[in-house]
Amino acid sequence: MLDRSSQAPANVSTTQGALRVRLRQTAPVPLNAQLSCARHELLALIGPSGSGKTTLLQVIAGLRPCASGEIEVGDETWLSTSRGIAKSPQQRGVGFVFQDYALFPHLSALDNVAIALGPMPKGEARDAASALLARVHLHGLENRRPHHLSGGERQRVAIARALARQPRVLLLDEPFSAIDRMTRVSLRQDVMALKASLAVPIVFVTHDIDEAMQLADRVTILDYGVDLQTGTPDEVRRQPANDRVAKILGL
Amino acid sequence: MDQTPYLLSLQLAFWTCALILPVAIVIGRLLAWGRFPGKSLCEAAVMLPLVLPPTVLGYYLLVTMSPNSPVGAFAAKLFGGPLVFSFSGILIASLIANLPFAIQPMQRAFEAIPANVREAAWVSGLSNWQTFRRIELPLAWPGIVSGLALTFAHTLGEFGVILMIGGNMPGRTQTLALALYDRVQAFRYDEAGIMAAVLLATSFLAIAIVHMTTRRPVVPHA
Repeated sequence: MLDRSSQAPANVSTTQGALRVRLRQTAPVPLNAQLSCARHELLALIGPSGSGKTTLLQVIAGLRPCASGEIEVGDETWLSTSRGIAKSPQQRGVGFVFQDYALFPHLSALDNVAIALGPMPKGEARDAASALLARVHLHGLENRRPHHLSGGERQRVAIARALARQPRVLLLDEPFSAIDRMTRVSLRQDVMALKASLAVPIVFVTHDIDEAMQLADRVTILDYGVDLQTGTPDEVRRQPANDRVAKILGL
Repeated sequence: MDQTPYLLSLQLAFWTCALILPVAIVIGRLLAWGRFPGKSLCEAAVMLPLVLPPTVLGYYLLVTMSPNSPVGAFAAKLFGGPLVFSFSGILIASLIANLPFAIQPMQRAFEAIPANVREAAWVSGLSNWQTFRRIELPLAWPGIVSGLALTFAHTLGEFGVILMIGGNMPGRTQTLALALYDRVQAFRYDEAGIMAAVLLATSFLAIAIVHMTTRRPVVPHA
């Protein structure tokens, strides 16, 4: 299991460090969505393909601009179009796990993680990166290049890399889509353990409704960039806001 | 055996490679990822020396560099003498003639780097410069070597442009390819034979390097 030593004390308010997002634009990808995610919370963004899930994640990470909106994490503003604030991806401190992992193909698993640690003496960086790889059960694979790793192992390297810079928000884009079923089960357990041990909001995108319902504390249903409904899996299943939500959820 | 044309050609090839390297990396990267108005026009301009008859390119460069033209007069002041019939002149001509050979492989190499790999570098906290140095450059390396090998071989073999600008002056602007022509005109086939063999070997080596670097990329496809 994952190391839980960094678990936040219970008396720390969960509103601290929460992610709050309000975005609105009509082009190139229409967005009109609000969402929030507290620390230790796992929020699933679900919706049909083309519903703007990935775009939303990329806007939060600072990889795509947005015509109008606000993104706040705790008391920090990452984006505020009204106040002219738009922090770069480097300044935001997000951990981003890409759909196809996007590992650095010329670097070993260890260096893929170490490069995200920031400036640090070489020996220390090695130790820190090793510890992160061990945390995602990749002990012994430090020197492998990505093309010598299985899909599940690459995914774990990507997660370790995302954790390396001690992110304030963790974003995962379709984290389980390209992975065989056996690996998926153990990866899901890892993400659940991460949620417990990391005191940050975690947002993940999926098109797999069952997966979202099983894993997430809350789900936000997106369609054409609009958030149709947000609630716990139970709430949205029992009381879908409208026909479209019911249809997306397959009710 | 007169070594001057060999040394002159080596010098020209070396300086062309050294000076074209940063230019081609910047332009190749810009053409690979940049989005700006007139990009297609830029690409066409860069590729032009590939299809333009060398004498045509040489003619325009000659007219431009001539001390009678404003550009040429300014350059003459800058370099302390007219550019035409000088080493600096053939070096500038060689840089322009080689742009497509250097840029094309580098542009392709940068294009082959997936966009999300660069994005992953940014969200990992790497600045644009760090991303370039630690991610893009190592991944584009085979294309960069390829571009330099082609430039080197093409500079040794360039004939028309150098003749127009440099005027085939032994010891100053007479490169190997021009010297070869001179020897043949003078029926000195033994010397010509050696020169031709050297140019053949260099070209072959350059193509071999290009093949090796493009066949065996830094990263095998998964």
